[in-house]
Amino acid sequence: MPDRPTRRERYERARRRRSVVVAAISTIVVVGALIVLIPLTPGWERVRQAFFDGDVFIDTFPGLLDAFWLDVRILLWSTPPILVVSLLVALARNTRSPALFPLRAFAVIYTDVLRGIPVILLVFLIGFGVPALGLSREWANPLIWGSVTLVLSYSAYTAEIIRAGIDAVHESQRAGARSLGMTSSQTMRTIVLPQAFRKIVPPLMNTFVSLQKDVALVSLIGPVEILRQAGIDKATYANFTPYVAASLIFLALTIPCTRLADWALARQRARTGATTIA
Amino acid sequence: MNDTASAPVPAMKLSMRGVCKSFGSTVVLDGIDLDVAEGDVITLIGASGSGKSTLLRCLNLLEPTDDGQVLLDGVDIAEPGLDPDPIRRRIGMVFQSFNLFPHMSVIDNVTIGPRKVLGTDKSQARRDGLEMLERLGLTERAEAYPDQLSGGQQQRVAIARSLAMNPEVLLLDEITSALDPELVGEVLDVVRNLKAAGMTMLFATHEMAFAREISDRVCFLHRGRILEEGPPSQIFESPREARTQAFLQRVIDAGRL
Repeated sequence: MPDRPTRRERYERARRRRSVVVAAISTIVVVGALIVLIPLTPGWERVRQAFFDGDVFIDTFPGLLDAFWLDVRILLWSTPPILVVSLLVALARNTRSPALFPLRAFAVIYTDVLRGIPVILLVFLIGFGVPALGLSREWANPLIWGSVTLVLSYSAYTAEIIRAGIDAVHESQRAGARSLGMTSSQTMRTIVLPQAFRKIVPPLMNTFVSLQKDVALVSLIGPVEILRQAGIDKATYANFTPYVAASLIFLALTIPCTRLADWALARQRARTGATTIA
Repeated sequence: MNDTASAPVPAMKLSMRGVCKSFGSTVVLDGIDLDVAEGDVITLIGASGSGKSTLLRCLNLLEPTDDGQVLLDGVDIAEPGLDPDPIRRRIGMVFQSFNLFPHMSVIDNVTIGPRKVLGTDKSQARRDGLEMLERLGLTERAEAYPDQLSGGQQQRVAIARSLAMNPEVLLLDEITSALDPELVGEVLDVVRNLKAAGMTMLFATHEMAFAREISDRVCFLHRGRILEEGPPSQIFESPREARTQAFLQRVIDAGRL
């Protein structure tokens, strides 16, 4: 290796320098324009007072954070059942035996119906409908039925993602495993599913981020989580700043999650040696 | 061979009797009869689409046969409804495109069969696997992943993965066709060593020189039939069938023999 930079290295260094300069200038121009132009709009002063009131922000933030803890708990206890149910539904759709036809049919209906109804409607239908069956007091808790709704709806979406991942594993992988004498369920568990899950990490994370936000819909049937708390605060202060604060709290959860997924994928790519084409 | 009525039927390791296979309206195997004795190395030659791969896949029950028998030690394994898993573990298969498991290291690829299918415990499987990798000159790559290996190394790992199951018969499906020319030799060396060790093998290939060197018998397939079968000297030097002659002429013209 020569000590002096190669032609390619010099070229790329120059290019890198140039792109940094271009990116910096364009960012300054755009952000500067926003800072200058937005306050010039006729309604800006009203919007600033209604949405960006520092005192209201400081007053309401701790309460919102407290309420957000409920969102986090709903998220945490809903996610494992979503993964389990969606995996079972995806596997049910993949069965071939004629005896399992009812299972297959159930899986198709499950995904079709639950993906076809808006989550917000499902929350109302299940959250108000099921307790109306006359359940005992502890079972009439809206938290339970709100969470069940999320599990039903999201496991239907996730099942389709998992199924796509299973289909994306090439048939030759199955042939390789079966030629060793592995049974079809061993092949599914040790060869197909591990590869399928690697392929679907991005869409799974996407769905997880989406779930983090849809947890707020549970508030529609009662529980005071962050969205509802923000609504209460808004009414108390006659100011929209709590909504901005709530948005920031959501972002503090969702952005790290997506970054984490990207990082995990990049690491795994580096480990198994697959190269990417620039 | 001096067969008499009273002599026991010569024990064939593997036989095909009138095996037929179609994909839709396309007839791929049209009545295959083939006998493989223990320790035999049989090569299957013929144009692409002549049925070589399908024949091997039918032997391993990766494709269900439509008709006819496949006898392994005299037992019909092609009987519809038979559980194929216990049979497949006795017949190894190596594929053109390796079919290694990309999410597992080399040593895990080699040990997964014994561990999952034979119930070998993890440390024993690892010892056996490392020994197998050493035999194939792959010791240093044990912890690597398939994507980090050359094609020749990947194919040798695939052979090691099959051999780890201690198969009675090994099916090799154009195992050098996906390799760069300079990597073919290392894989063929492995096959040579297997023959020396007495492994029963069926080998579909386009490597005519190698087929000539290693085979006990060569079968020329044409449109799903074994058109001509015999020792390599006869097939390559004085083929009887016009179609065999034409095929070999094309191979010679392409500089492959």
